[in-house]
Amino acid sequence: MSKANEVVVTSQKVDKSPSSLSILWRELVRDKVALISLIFLGLVMLLVYGTSLILNQDDIVRVDLFALYEPPSAQYWLGTDYGGRDVFGQLVIGTRNSLTIGIIVTLMTGFIGILIGLLSGYFGGMIDNLFMRVVDFFMILPMLMIVIAFVTAVPKYNIISFSLIMTAFLWMGIARLIRSKALQERELDYVKASKTLGSSHLKIMLSQVLPNLSSIIIVTMTLNLAANIGLESGLSFLGFGFPESTPSLGTLVSYARNPQTLESRWWIWLPASVLILVLMLSINNVGQALKRATDARQRRG
Amino acid sequence: MWKTIVRRIIIMIPQIFLLSLLVFLMAKAMPGDALTGLLDPSVDPKALEAQRERLGLNNPWYVQYWDWIKNAIQGDFGQSFRFKMPVTDLIGQRVANTFWLALATLILTYLIAIPLGIISGRYNDTWSDRLITGYTYLGFAAPLFIFALVMVWIFGFHFGWFPTGGSVAPGLTPGTFSYVMSKFYHLLLPALSMALITTVSTVQYLRSEIIDIKHKEFVITARAKGASESRIYNRHILRNSLLPIAAFFGYEITGLIGGTVFIESIFSYPGMGQLFLSSISLRDFSVVTALVLLYGVASILGALLSDIILGIVDPRIRIK
Repeated sequence: MSKANEVVVTSQKVDKSPSSLSILWRELVRDKVALISLIFLGLVMLLVYGTSLILNQDDIVRVDLFALYEPPSAQYWLGTDYGGRDVFGQLVIGTRNSLTIGIIVTLMTGFIGILIGLLSGYFGGMIDNLFMRVVDFFMILPMLMIVIAFVTAVPKYNIISFSLIMTAFLWMGIARLIRSKALQERELDYVKASKTLGSSHLKIMLSQVLPNLSSIIIVTMTLNLAANIGLESGLSFLGFGFPESTPSLGTLVSYARNPQTLESRWWIWLPASVLILVLMLSINNVGQALKRATDARQRRG
Repeated sequence: MWKTIVRRIIIMIPQIFLLSLLVFLMAKAMPGDALTGLLDPSVDPKALEAQRERLGLNNPWYVQYWDWIKNAIQGDFGQSFRFKMPVTDLIGQRVANTFWLALATLILTYLIAIPLGIISGRYNDTWSDRLITGYTYLGFAAPLFIFALVMVWIFGFHFGWFPTGGSVAPGLTPGTFSYVMSKFYHLLLPALSMALITTVSTVQYLRSEIIDIKHKEFVITARAKGASESRIYNRHILRNSLLPIAAFFGYEITGLIGGTVFIESIFSYPGMGQLFLSSISLRDFSVVTALVLLYGVASILGALLSDIILGIVDPRIRIK
């Protein structure tokens, strides 16, 4: 009798369905485009964070009046801008800054969004109503203008305040998504069973509901990362992102707001534009592949 | 249905109130006040203080808020110190340009989205569908401002087919035919650049909607009773799949607001977005607050419009 039980136990272990994270990984590796995108992203990150250990940001943003608007050459791989600053160096540092701020904002919006979504979805009722009215209000704000206005209004403006302002107006989407999923989860039997067993709400939320939402969280945060990089470079492009002393990819593109630069000095703005496009495309590729993986009907195998 | 609309409008009131409060507090947080721009710096600080007292700038914030909102409702947003004219008149000059830009973009968006969505959904997994899906994939990832820059670089500067700035050629009399044509010509490239990007989500939505619907039972029924293929697509499927898209119309307006800021800046198109950016760089805050409030109200109305359309086409989601 006891022996038969043991056999059952071991066979159960073998049949255990793969965890959602390993499914995501498996699907990602199978999707050639997504895999290439992921490798590309990894290489860019390695290059950008690696070289910026050697490159000195102050050196690159120092104005050199003897080398204004140099076209690409052996000394300046991508030429120089209106301050005689090396565009290639700015490109490397700009990519680093854009990626960093994108990741920070994504993590912070993710944290707030998951927290609020989980609370309102799990408890429902009054809490849900209250949070969702707040979300509704934030959703209808003209986000871009308010962010720009806050950027100018803040007295001590730096990277931290910039990412906080962006976070304040970007957490709603993920909160709504997590809330709708948590609403579905709380009706499932495992949550009810756990409640009957006397688990605390906190424990159910964090150690039981949250892991079940992990794949959807990863998908949304990946797609958000692309959107946030786009938004940050857009703000920098308009001149309300990073200051010129900490260039981002958008700062380089913003030089194209000078019609002469746009018309005849492509080396300043075009590489950064292409890089933004390729980065967003790659992150989106990875995100879409992950999204397909979370939907069992669309899996490739 | 009327009940739903009335309820939905009632929800709007606290939203507008909160928006105005947020905008007001933001204006308070900005450096300087209404007087900083009006007077030159040589004025005696005591006189300045007296002026402040007279204008109520030393009152508690809620009193000031009340004064501000009272004036704003009557259309008085104060003076722009840069242009030395009432903010309302200043915005009035620009609002038409942004309106035409937004309208042209909306029309182009649907003109592009509906045929592409139908082709892509009806003939899915053919080469034309793959081409369209590829376009939507790219357009989804491409930031609007980069796409617009490339458009103006290629078609404005390189080929010189389109003007690269302004809303009308100088020296034309308003009202004449050539004036209208010039306006239209200046509008075309900015609107097209924005439409080609904003249309992407509508194409994707329409495609998946059509693919979903064409496997429904009523389509099989229609086919069984002998309706022709074009009738099935034009009458049965299209009607059902266009409903949600009609409902997103209002949210489309909210999306356009952010877009026009970029587009107007890139094409030096004299609309509200450009006014907003230049005012904020020159710290002309009375203009900035008025514009943010205006844009905010526009997106609240957009959401209202969407919900009303959605309520008309889909009775299930009416507010009880």
